[in-house]
Amino acid sequence: MNNAQLEIQLIASLVAIACAIPGTFLVLRKMAMISDAISHSILPGIVIGFFISHDLNSPLLILFAALTGIITVVIVEYIQKTGLVKEDTAIGLVFPILFSIGVILIAKNANDVHIDTDAVLLGELAFAPFDRLIVGGTDIGPKSLWIIGTILLVTVTLLITFFKELKLSTFDKGLAASLGFSPAIIHYGLMSVSSVTTVGAFDAVGAILVVALMIAPAAAAYLLTTDLKKMLALAIGFGVLSAVLGYWVAHWLDASIAGSITTVLGLVFLMVYLFAPSKGIIAVMYRERQQRTEVSLLTFLLHLKNHDDLSERHVKHLNEHINWQKVRSKTVLDLAQKNNMIVIKDDIVSLTEKGDAFTSKAIDYIITNEDAQIEDMKDDFFLFRG
Amino acid sequence: MLGSFAVLRKQSLLGDAISHAALPGIAIAFLITGAKDTNTLLLGALVSGLIGTFWIRGIVTKTHLKSDTALGLILSVFFGFGMLLLTFIQKQPNANQAGLDKYLFGQAATLVESDVWMMAIVTGICLIVMLTFWKEFKILLFDADYTKTLGFNTKTIDILITSFIVLAIVLGLQTVGVVLMSAMLLAPAAAARQWTNSLSKMVFLAAIFGAFSGVFGTAVSASQNNLSTGPVIVIVAGVFVLFSFVFSPKRGLLFKQIRFVKNRRDLELHKTLAFMYHIAETHDNISHPHTIKILNNFQGYTKGTLQKLVDRGFVELDGNMWHLTEEGFKTASNLYNQQNASDE
Repeated sequence: MNNAQLEIQLIASLVAIACAIPGTFLVLRKMAMISDAISHSILPGIVIGFFISHDLNSPLLILFAALTGIITVVIVEYIQKTGLVKEDTAIGLVFPILFSIGVILIAKNANDVHIDTDAVLLGELAFAPFDRLIVGGTDIGPKSLWIIGTILLVTVTLLITFFKELKLSTFDKGLAASLGFSPAIIHYGLMSVSSVTTVGAFDAVGAILVVALMIAPAAAAYLLTTDLKKMLALAIGFGVLSAVLGYWVAHWLDASIAGSITTVLGLVFLMVYLFAPSKGIIAVMYRERQQRTEVSLLTFLLHLKNHDDLSERHVKHLNEHINWQKVRSKTVLDLAQKNNMIVIKDDIVSLTEKGDAFTSKAIDYIITNEDAQIEDMKDDFFLFRG
Repeated sequence: MLGSFAVLRKQSLLGDAISHAALPGIAIAFLITGAKDTNTLLLGALVSGLIGTFWIRGIVTKTHLKSDTALGLILSVFFGFGMLLLTFIQKQPNANQAGLDKYLFGQAATLVESDVWMMAIVTGICLIVMLTFWKEFKILLFDADYTKTLGFNTKTIDILITSFIVLAIVLGLQTVGVVLMSAMLLAPAAAARQWTNSLSKMVFLAAIFGAFSGVFGTAVSASQNNLSTGPVIVIVAGVFVLFSFVFSPKRGLLFKQIRFVKNRRDLELHKTLAFMYHIAETHDNISHPHTIKILNNFQGYTKGTLQKLVDRGFVELDGNMWHLTEEGFKTASNLYNQQNASDE
């Protein structure tokens, strides 16, 4: 691993952290698509900034780009407020139009300059280390490292200073407003931070990667925890992990670094999506199955309690009567037996005392729907765990 | 056309997500076949677009993540994966690979006759399917639960609509490119929505708007140098939307503003009238004259509003004096009663 490689990974990791912080809040505030809109609509800002400064490395570019990002948010909100279309339609309308304006501006006036749409959308991390910042004749590292480092520093400072306010306004807007925090200021503050981060990062990693880095780690973290601090930490962790892993995948495949980081992010999310302990697909499916079996068990026990005739309680008859498949009835029977709720004698099923008590309790619960009735059953059964 | 359904189903950004999600499909199709045959590439795009859509569905229904997160996630991840594959392809020794990135931004000029035929055919199929299942689509759109109770298979209809949206997007990709596709899907529908409340009219209007912006956009871009078609079409469509937002008679901003101002004026007139009523009440004779001056400390009063009241026959002027007419008195007392009634 040489110096340049190390620098690329460092930049990627910093970008990941800088994106994960606003990303977490965007995901929680259900505004994830705004980041996509911003990342596209900053194009005209960059172009205009370029016309004014005639220098691709001018800080004016970043300023204008961030400004267009904020303008996008304002326009989207204005359209939304008129109530003519829904929010998502507003987003979907605004950013392609702004992007088109950018593309046309480039095509008409800046054809000979090296800002093409590919570069804006995709970025190229591999060249980042060659664009060095030189102060007073000494080389103090890649430029994008400094840019993103500064942005990260500002973001972190803001986050720590306003953590309480952000948290409050994210989860309870009404309370935040009544306590005297202006939700609008916090909202636009967050938007500005996202906008600046997008702009600062897109230069190094491209617009699409910015979106991915904002949303994917936060989404994955959200599946794993409901604690905001833990979520932030997890999102940062996922981001950095994917950044470093993605770099090596790209190195190995000899392909775009941004693309491979995104792919790794996708894989990380897929893993979490499938295997997250309580909210992953597998866990959800398992829980649903469990609940289905338990409902069956309950139906079965109720049936037993209601019928005294031997013929109604014959194993074969039950199969036909409740209309279950063989496998299913066997699962239910086993479960009931394991819990000592029924006994089977000569193919006749009868409730034990425990089963009888359980069934009465369950009926009580179903009728009254009061949690107190089933406190002691909660450990054994998914059904009753809220 | 299909955009109407997307807009009404609150899935506007789906178009954006699908168009991005189609990219890895194109790349994979190219990797497998090694040829740049439009149809296979489109098939790949279709498949990956559908996978993206259903994954989004899965995330939204199975977890507590919201749809915007799911959309953004799928969009960026698929696109990133597509980019990875594209750069990977570029390193491969295959002369055919050039031009794959045309799909990113689209170029209507690169279309050949067979592509156009293909589009026409697909459009035709879309139309036929839409007309056949018109009732089902409509009912699902506005009342999904009711549809279920009627015994329609909502899932199938849903999948059908979604597939056609994906199909339309994938076809459009060649023309306007990934980024701008969502605007093509949304803009005509959003514009049409402002003019009508009826679904059939809306779909029809959206089709016309779409076609117009296509024609205008192409014309403008052909008349100038260096203008790519896609962005111009999108901007034309955007102008349509803006125009509709402002000028549509029922929902438009302009008319809303006019109505708003009118209402406010009415309210002020009523305020003045009510004030006069209170003065007139203290006298036995309602047409007892009062000086205009005593109205001055009341905000709602201007010369204009007073004149208006005179025009309506509520008030009569006599030099510097005014008095309520019989009719004005009645209206004002009714006004007061109405207010009381609505307060209760």
